[in-house]
Order: sequence, then C-alpha cells, then structure tokens
Amino acid sequence: MSILVIADHDNASVKPSTLVTIAAAEAIGGDIDVLIAGSGAADAAAAAAKIAGVTRVLLADNAAYAHDLAENIAELVVALGPDYSHIMTATTTSGKNFLPRVAALLDVAQISDISGVVSADTFERPIYAGNAIATVQSSDAIKVLTVRGTAFDPVAAEGGSATIENVDIVKDPGLSSFVKEEIVKLERPELTAASIIISGGRGMQNGENFALLESVADKLGAAIGASRAAVDAGFVPNDMQVGQTGKIVAPDLYIAVGISGAIQHLAGMKDSKVIVAINKDEDAPIFQVADYGLVADLFKAVPELDSML
Amino acid sequence: MKVLVAAKRVVDYNVNIRVLSDNTGVDLNNVKMSLNPFDEIAIEEAVRLREAGTAEEVIVVSVGTSACQEQIRTALALGADRGILVETDEDMQPLAIAKVLKAIVDKEQPSLVIAGKQAIDGDNSQTGQMLAALAGLGQATFASQLVMGDGEATVTREVDGGAETITVKLPAILTTDLRLNEPRYASLPNIMKAKKKPIDVYTPEDLGVDVTPRVKTLKVEPPASRKAGIIVESVEELVDKLRNEAKVIS
Ligand SMILES: Cc1cc2nc3c(=O)[nH]c(=O)nc-3n(C[C@H](O)[C@H](O)[C@H](O)COP(=O)(O)OP(=O)(O)OC[C@H]3O[C@@H](n4cnc5c(N)ncnc54)[C@H](O)[C@@H]3O)c2cc1C
Ligand SMILES: Nc1ncnc2c1ncn2[C@@H]1O[C@H](COP(=O)(O)O)[C@@H](O)[C@H]1O
Repeated sequence: MSILVIADHDNASVKPSTLVTIAAAEAIGGDIDVLIAGSGAADAAAAAAKIAGVTRVLLADNAAYAHDLAENIAELVVALGPDYSHIMTATTTSGKNFLPRVAALLDVAQISDISGVVSADTFERPIYAGNAIATVQSSDAIKVLTVRGTAFDPVAAEGGSATIENVDIVKDPGLSSFVKEEIVKLERPELTAASIIISGGRGMQNGENFALLESVADKLGAAIGASRAAVDAGFVPNDMQVGQTGKIVAPDLYIAVGISGAIQHLAGMKDSKVIVAINKDEDAPIFQVADYGLVADLFKAVPELDSML
Repeated sequence: MKVLVAAKRVVDYNVNIRVLSDNTGVDLNNVKMSLNPFDEIAIEEAVRLREAGTAEEVIVVSVGTSACQEQIRTALALGADRGILVETDEDMQPLAIAKVLKAIVDKEQPSLVIAGKQAIDGDNSQTGQMLAALAGLGQATFASQLVMGDGEATVTREVDGGAETITVKLPAILTTDLRLNEPRYASLPNIMKAKKKPIDVYTPEDLGVDVTPRVKTLKVEPPASRKAGIIVESVEELVDKLRNEAKVIS
C-alpha cells in the first residue's frame, strides 16, 4: 500500500493538522508520500521531509497552486492519484474544498472526517454532529479520506529524512481565480492547536465584552473561541466559531462562557479533556457535559477568575 | 438565467437523535424531518437573485424517497418556481447524488447551482464539490457573500483563517455558509400557491445514473459518554479544582 497525504501548509511550514493526517496514515500502514502544492514552498517541503515516517515529499511549486484553488489542486492530485491506495488530507476548509473533487474525478467515494482507522478499508466517522459514530467500509480501489484534527495523536515533526522530488505537473483549468483574503491576525494560539480555549457566546452581549475573555486568555496562553450566535451577532469574526459547522477542537481545557450548549456547539468541543461552563442559567444544557460548572453571572465571575490567575 | 438549488430532506436540527439498539443506524421513526438548514439558505439566495431580476427561474431538486416531496413543497413555498424529485429508495451517497445532479444540470443547463455546504445528517460536505468536478465547472464553497457579474460571480468564502474572495466563471457551483443570508419564513398564501407549482419526478434509471453505494455502513454506535461533572460554588473553588484536581492550569 502507498498513501498520498496532501499537506496543509503556508509555504513556509507545515501545519500541525498534517502531522495528525500522517498519524492516521500510519495507522493504515504503508509508504507515505507527502504532497506540498504551493508557490515558493521549498521551506514547507524541507519541513515535510523532516516529519517522522514520511518516505517521499513531492513538491509542486507553481503560481497555479499559490491560492489553494480547488480546481487546480484537484487536477494535480488526480494526476498523481492512481499510484496510491489512499489519498488523505486534513479536515480543513481547504481539504474539504478540493478533496471531494479529487474523489469524483477518480470515480470513488470520499469518506469525510475519519476519527478512527479500523483497517485499510474500514473507518470510523462521526455523523449527526457527533451524536453517532458510524463504522464504514469502502469498496473502492482508492480510498479518499479527510482526517479529523482531534482524533489522532500527531506524529513527530522531526526525526525523518525523506527525499524531496519536484513535480512539474501544472494544472490550471482557469475556472476560478483568487481576488483577496482577509486573514485574521492572531495574537494568540490557533484554535485547533491550542491546549486551552476560552469561548464566549451570546451571553457576552457584545464584541467589546470579549476583552474580559482576552485578559484571561493572555494569562492562560489560551485561544479564544465563540458560539455561532456570537459570530452571527457580529461580536467576533467567523474563524472563531466552534461547532458542527465551525472548528472542531479538543483542548486540555475548554471554558464555555455564556454559551447554552446547543447540540451544534457541543459537536465542536465535547471531546475536550476538561470542560468548564460558566452560565447564569442552571438548566443550560452545557452543564450536562461540563466537568466543572459554575452557575453565575459571567460579568462577575470572569473578572474574578481573571484576578485569581 | 436559471438557478438550480439542491435540497436535502434531513432530521430537523433540533432533534436529539438516538442510535438504534441493534446499531444499524439512528432512529428515524416519528422524528421531525426538515429541509437541511444550509439548503434553506441556498433557496433564499436563489429567490433573492430572481427578485433582483438577475435570475428568471429557480428550480429546486431533491434526491431521495417520495417523502422528499414535502421538502420540495417547502422550497416552493419559500419562492422556488418548480421542483424536481429524483425518486429512489437506495441509500444515496454523495458521489451518486452528485451524478444524479449532474444529469439534471445537463438537462436544465442552469447558470448557477446552489447547494448547502454540508448536510447536517451525514456531515459529509462533498456533494457540491463532486457535482462541480463531474460537470467540469468551477466551484465557490462555504460562501458568505455572492455578487453576480458578467459571466462570472465574485464570492466571499469562509475559510479557517478568516475570509477569502474569489471569482468563478459561470456556470458554477456555489455552496452556502451560514452567514450568506437569513432565510425568510414561508407565508400562508405562498404555502397555498406552492401546492399548484409543478414537480417533475424521475428515477436514477430514467437519468441513466448508476447509484450503487460504494461505502457500506457496518455499524452505528453512540459516542463515548462523558462522566458526570460537578457544580462548584465559587470561582475560588473552580480555580482550586483546575489547579489541583484536573491539573490543567498552573
Ligand atoms: C445548521 C446549523 C449549524 C450550526 N452550527 C453551529 C456551530 O458550528 N457552532 C455553534 O456554536 N452553534 C451552531 N449552531 C447554532 C446553535 O444551534 C445555537 O443556536 C448556538 O450555539 C447558540 O449560541 P449561544 O449558546 O451563544 O447562545 P444562546 O443559546 O442564546 O445562549 C446564551 C447563554 O448565555 C447565558 N447567559 C446570558 N447572559 C449571561 C450572563 N450575564 N452570565 C452568564 N451566562 C449568561 C444564557 O443563560 C444562555 O445559556 C448551528 C445551528 C444550525 C441550525
Ligand atoms: N439527497 C439530496 N438531494 C438533494 N440535494 C442534496 C442531497 N444530498 C446532498 N445534497 C446537497 O448537497 C449539500 C451537501 O451535502 P453533503 O455533501 O451530504 O454534506 C446539501 O446541503 C444539499 O444542497
């Protein structure tokens, strides 16, 4: 068996989600090739070559791959794909964008967001916002998989010595083009990589009040998240949304502040090691998943918490 | 121009689903079924394009059992002009659904297809992208803003790091994110009017599509449950527990 992992990277380095995808690939077994598709991505390729367990790094370095356009990346992967038994990438907005295209062009199914490997053709995945876990078996010759970022322990970023090979396949069907991006500047750890997260919900009342959480986050080295209600109300940007349709996180500590605990929010955080809920409504469903619940007004409790850290 | 909207019948998002004790699936008996919330957003966007004069016709298509008629009627009440049901009792997976939708795209030649970013039952997030690939069209997924232009659409997409804007050549496939729009409610007169709107029914065989499933579900289980927690009395107690019991802060 040989496995192609399409790396999630920023041209300079490889994102932690790739280390998780490689861990899932190791659970399947076989040679692991990592594809870096980007523009000016030699550093990312060098970083990928150091990852433990990687056999070969394929570097497709071209302006056509600068902005992760799904049509371009999909055609590149399809050109490489037939040599592999498995094609995998992380469940990120980028992976979710191009990988189903790859599967359709290869005329095989995609199995989305796997959370477990049972065997080379059988996988576990959450359905219904994580309220059920399905074990599914694929009969396709090539298995196309996205991997849940919280489900496997990442492999070591160092210790490998893979070869780097250039791939000069250039694919650009010209169907879409990049205009601009508004990437939120992070002063704190990234949500999906943080070991502590403090999230605010509609109970925060407005965006300014998120300063209360920021102060706590700074002391704990935490990332800040939010419920959909807080994002929809315009308190904070969309990249902070945790949940079924936002980011899936599983930090060591998740503190939910003024969040009721709707199924769709729980879907994104209930695999956290320790969950704390601060809510003034003792019947809020968030308390059913909280290890430590505090029934209190957040505008009193959060400043008090801040002062004790 | 024509806009085609893909709409799936799913368990309502408010339902707390239960896994069947024989582990063959989830209990769908007497469970409220609805339009997938992302597809409601897709319908709303299409209807707004017609109201703005950009689109002439909005067609809604659903793939599944005859019960999907109910969701097609809802879409018609929300403003779609006509419906298409591709009726089958087969366990329909994204690749097969995308193939069926591709056949409908060939028939109807829409300038824009709008689907949801994910169906909230299977959480696959595949169908729109697969349809785009099969039809050889461009895609703009997870859209939070759509501006129609001349022969192309400019779309703002929600991505992990923030937002991104791309242009995509028409015809194209769009998938909706939550913040694209806020769907309207169907008014009573529109619900009555919807009853008279036409729904064409095909089968996958009529369309020449092989829908044999490629993936078999071996079992469905409830997720690992969390052990019950405690209610602390004060912030002080909370901090003490986090430091000394859970040892997650220093
Ligand atoms: C298709 C779909 C997808 C969705 N995806 C997501 C998702 O990915 N993520 C997500 O989060 N949601 C998602 N939702 C929305 C979800 O259903 C809920 O509406 C949302 O999570 C509610 O957010 P909230 O808990 O902040 O707000 P609310 O439910 O309004 O809860 C606010 C809470 O704050 C508490 N509160 C208020 N004031 C105070 C105070 N002063 N002190 C202490 N507590 C206070 C209240 O008691 C209440 O419990 C989705 C919904 C749909 C339909
Ligand atoms: N059976 C179906 N009938 C019509 N549209 C569907 C069907 N299944 C999926 N879709 C469309 O594809 C989107 C994504 O679904 P999925 O790929 O299953 O997450 C949905 O929001 C719908 O717009």
